[in-house]
Amino acid sequence: MPQVFSPTANTLSKVSLVLVVFLVAGGLCALDLIHKSPYVRYTGVPRSQPVPFSHKHHTNMGIDCRYCHTSVEESHFANVPGTHVCMNCHNQLFTQADLLAPVRESWETGIPIKWVRVNDLPDHVQFNHAIHVNKGIGCTTCHGPVGEMPLMWRHEPLFMKWCLECHREPERFIRPREEVFNPHYEPPRDQLTLGRQLVEEYQVPVSDHRLTDCWICHR
Amino acid sequence: MKKEFTAAEHEEIFGQMGPMIDPSLTIEGVGDAVAGVPERKTMPYQWFLVLGVATMLLGFLGLSITALLIKGTGLWGLKIPVAWGFAIVNFVWWIGIGHAGTLISAILFLFKQDWRTSINRFAEAMTLFAVACAGMFPLLHLGRPWVFYWLFPYPNTMAVWPQFRSPLVWDVFAVSTYLTISLLFWFTGLIPDLATMRDRSKSRIGKVLYGIFALGWRGSARHWHRYEVAYLLLAGLSTPLVVSVHSVVSLDFAVSVLPGWHTTIFPPYFVAGAIYSGFAMVITLVIPVRHIFGLKGLITPRHLDNMAKIMLATGLMVFYGYLTEAFFAWYSGNPYEMFMMQNRMGGPYAFQYWMLILCNGLVPQLLWFKRVRRHVIVLFCICIVVNIGMWLERYIIVVTSLHRDFLPSSWDMYAGTRWDWMLYLGTFGFFFFALMLFIRWVPMLPIFEVREIVHAGHEEHED
Repeated sequence: MPQVFSPTANTLSKVSLVLVVFLVAGGLCALDLIHKSPYVRYTGVPRSQPVPFSHKHHTNMGIDCRYCHTSVEESHFANVPGTHVCMNCHNQLFTQADLLAPVRESWETGIPIKWVRVNDLPDHVQFNHAIHVNKGIGCTTCHGPVGEMPLMWRHEPLFMKWCLECHREPERFIRPREEVFNPHYEPPRDQLTLGRQLVEEYQVPVSDHRLTDCWICHR
Repeated sequence: MKKEFTAAEHEEIFGQMGPMIDPSLTIEGVGDAVAGVPERKTMPYQWFLVLGVATMLLGFLGLSITALLIKGTGLWGLKIPVAWGFAIVNFVWWIGIGHAGTLISAILFLFKQDWRTSINRFAEAMTLFAVACAGMFPLLHLGRPWVFYWLFPYPNTMAVWPQFRSPLVWDVFAVSTYLTISLLFWFTGLIPDLATMRDRSKSRIGKVLYGIFALGWRGSARHWHRYEVAYLLLAGLSTPLVVSVHSVVSLDFAVSVLPGWHTTIFPPYFVAGAIYSGFAMVITLVIPVRHIFGLKGLITPRHLDNMAKIMLATGLMVFYGYLTEAFFAWYSGNPYEMFMMQNRMGGPYAFQYWMLILCNGLVPQLLWFKRVRRHVIVLFCICIVVNIGMWLERYIIVVTSLHRDFLPSSWDMYAGTRWDWMLYLGTFGFFFFALMLFIRWVPMLPIFEVREIVHAGHEEHED
């Protein structure tokens, strides 16, 4: 009776034993890396907008965040400004610039500009801008160095563990209220000392673990 | 070469019990009888019939899962207060059925019960398919089954860990361990037979496919030694699983503070029920299979008799569980417990409750009689009745405790919708489809183990 398998089958079977382990482990690692990659999460990817609005340019001119994002201190939504806010300045400045043609068109027709949303949370999460801003969490803590961004990009992958990082230890990120809207804020060296003091002063509810309850975000 | 025995010799050799396997079988005969089934050119018409019906039911499964994924679990009859319905009933029912396979393969092996050899392969296959059916229900009940891996503790991007205090997480580990060990055990036991199939196979494809799964088995003394050590170790590993898996499943109920669920008797009572239903299912399947495939010499009335005795024993334990539940509802003096039991026995689900007592408690008492245990058709019917009874048991446990909430304003009735039934029937489709493929391609009895019995039997006669 001839042999069913040639001697190479021995090698193949041993190699496949090892390979299976590597393939399974490697596959899982690859899935994890893909899931966290900028390709999936859009972190650090500048998003093109109907008008190439530069946060870098406008903040460096000294315009406060709240000039456009008017409701950030009172509402869950920070507000994306309407065309009239742009036109406050641009009816005087660069009135003929090609870049601003869509703004003028929107102004004339009354059809809003379709800005592309950069930081979009899933619908099952509620994020409230007002409470964060009022308790000393700065814009740049989540949105990244907005003062350096010619076009806006997503600075953080918006993972739940990233939210929890701060909700578990807000003292690592909290800053004085007057610095909240500073796009170039640098935390002091003794952040933890300052942080603990501010957490106490602003009455951030860390002691009752309310910040890590499910319902605080998943209402 | 067949040896002929007279009736008197028969009686003398095998006593009252009857032979374990047909004494006229030879070592070659066993191989021909068992390996002959997958080697058949075509299968008997009953096989095609079952496969056809199973394929249709499998279509139901696909349809009901698709509808579920599109519409959500609202298709099921679940609502507050009965937020657990068919899904958990069917899960517990299927997983209980699996337990017979593990008991036969592990515990009976460790206790050196030779009669297990004729049924263990088949029962283990049944276990695997039943666990697969069981697993579908909690997964689909998640609502978003594609994120099932959230149940496992892995370094995730949410920085949350499974709630280890929840028995539902224990379930995940209990069931996945069970599936893994059962699969390994089944496959390890198959290796020598797959080699037999490879060697007997006439086609190139058969040789290669059976050859790959036989893992190069040559039947040397070293192979046999290692095989036996591995099999013994796996039997040791499986033994606690017989008890642990259904205990954990019972804790899904017992850990919650709900009248009718919050009792310490649940783990042993569930384990007994699992083995009870499992043996009922093994007998239900084995009776037609031995008839259709001419395996009556290998799966003899003595096997059926032994299995029926185990059913009787576990059935009595289960019945004792029902009595204890009723007794403690009264003895506790707790008005909620007492109300729960009154409601069970006389409330809107009283019919199902008394049917359960009839199916699980009274009808199996017939198994005290040897004539009943050896009467194939009666035994088959009793097993079907027990299968139904065990399903009703889980239904009663789940529904009666939930539908009368602590607040009478929340009271409501529960019934499965057509989608519930379709999914349940669909898992039958999966089960029988898999079973038919198993019968088609894999020797359904362990050839070499039965040969050992034949060999030992012949030696005994020569002494």
